[in-house]
Amino acid sequence: MNGNDSLSSLQRVLTTLGHQEPDRVPLFLLLSMHGAKELGLSIKKYFSRPENVVEGQLRIRAKYKNDCIYTFFYAPVEVEAWGAEVIYVDDGPPNTGEPFIHQFSDINNLQPPNVGTCPPLVKVLEATAQLKAAVGDDAPLIGVAVAPFSLPVMQMGFEKYLDLMQQPALFNHLMQVNQAFCVAWANAQLAAGATAICYFDPVASPTIIPPEMYQKTVFEINRQTLARINGPTATHFASGLSLPILDQVAQTGTAVVGVSVQENLTTLKAACRGKLTVLGNLNGIEMRRWSATEAEQKVKEAIAQAGPGGGFILSDNHGEIPWQVPEDTLLAISEAAHTWGHYPLDWVGRGG
Amino acid sequence: MTELVFELEKSLLSLDRLTARQLLARQQATTSSFDTVEQLIVPVLERIGNGWTAGNIALSQVYMSGRICEELVDELLPPGDPERKDLPKLGLAVLEDYHMLGKRIVYAVLRAGGFEVIDYGRVTVSELVERVQADRVKILLISTLMLPSALRVKEVRKKLNQAGSSVKIVVGGAPFLFDETLWQEVQADAMAARASEVLEIISRLGDAA
Repeated sequence: MNGNDSLSSLQRVLTTLGHQEPDRVPLFLLLSMHGAKELGLSIKKYFSRPENVVEGQLRIRAKYKNDCIYTFFYAPVEVEAWGAEVIYVDDGPPNTGEPFIHQFSDINNLQPPNVGTCPPLVKVLEATAQLKAAVGDDAPLIGVAVAPFSLPVMQMGFEKYLDLMQQPALFNHLMQVNQAFCVAWANAQLAAGATAICYFDPVASPTIIPPEMYQKTVFEINRQTLARINGPTATHFASGLSLPILDQVAQTGTAVVGVSVQENLTTLKAACRGKLTVLGNLNGIEMRRWSATEAEQKVKEAIAQAGPGGGFILSDNHGEIPWQVPEDTLLAISEAAHTWGHYPLDWVGRGG
Repeated sequence: MTELVFELEKSLLSLDRLTARQLLARQQATTSSFDTVEQLIVPVLERIGNGWTAGNIALSQVYMSGRICEELVDELLPPGDPERKDLPKLGLAVLEDYHMLGKRIVYAVLRAGGFEVIDYGRVTVSELVERVQADRVKILLISTLMLPSALRVKEVRKKLNQAGSSVKIVVGGAPFLFDETLWQEVQADAMAARASEVLEIISRLGDAA
């Protein structure tokens, strides 16, 4: 616990998930690559050993007084398990190389990898277990699983995937295969010590597909998938819009929704009240060039809009803060969250 | 004309190729192929692009609409047709990024707008600079999804300047939408907030090129 905080990070998060006001607005700085900076390693070397990620996450939590541990390595780790190539860069998250589904007929023979034996996934599970041993029940460990509907972008490329959507039989088969993998992967992380799973589903956002398609196709895929995951989930659209589908998202069984800075946070909070905890919505791309004053202002705005009543976790709007965001800015965000986030938020409405 | 634009938009958003083709044929009966593109296709793509910016239309619909229009215009103005616009010379690339959809949508819009374009695919900074000069490209369009790729546009600008090139750079993609000043920071000449906007930008920059 820090300063005026009276609850542990986990207690704080659980209280806000119950749509009650905890001692302070929880702060989730979703930092994956910054652990490499802490250890003075390249991004590639950092992610090569689970021990590096454990040390990186512990340092990040201590430095920024973060209310979670983020066990996320990088998105392509999931398709790396299927045999896909991962391309590392020095200043950003690893990319997926060439897709491994070359033609639609490849889908018929697709088998999900065994999550307990694939080396890239085992690394994540080992890091999760070590972090759980280090943190215990003081802070939630947030694992990550890419939704069955969004994984194909990395499996076959976006363009080909959009074309596949016109072929229902193959599409449905791919969803079943991906669903089995997603459930196994999420549950393996929970078994290793993750408290909750961030369920990334950017392709399901109204930014990418019409809300009617979400209702007709994606809702049921997600409802079935989340029902088989043995722990709480946060559905994240990775900067994509969500407002037009929020009612249905709530009905999938998820507890949290990651929201975009491109939608009004007050409106989002009103739509989620009592149903979903709002996670967001600081602009990670813009954050790169924020001054300390701007950082404080953005944090205050977000807390004023979504903090009252609980049901809010302050975070970025993408689910991964860019490598380029400097330490001083992250410290300014943390300081502002600890200064202005304490309940009751008496300053809200008084122009504080 | 307005009614025809609305009808075409509706057919594209519902992936109704047959109706879209019939609407184009109806328009072409009264104007040239070139005018059909200018007066019907371009306004429809612009409307669909605006709909995406406003959050009313999804990217999958933008993509499919662009693809259908590209096909239809290829029938109206086959590659090499004298009515196709090969000036100013356009290059299109993804810079050290493995996300290709944005470029594909821009390509479809350019083709549907009657333009010829050199598609460089995914390239490094050095490859892009070399090829742009060799091809004497006047306007270079760079599509990005990842922030590091967006930041590398500045290296392209620097190397082109060092080579004495006056090529105009137009950028687009998510990083530029989430930070409105980023296109200026990387020293691009313009930013397209949506794929269809490149048609207006090319017209503007082309006059200055």
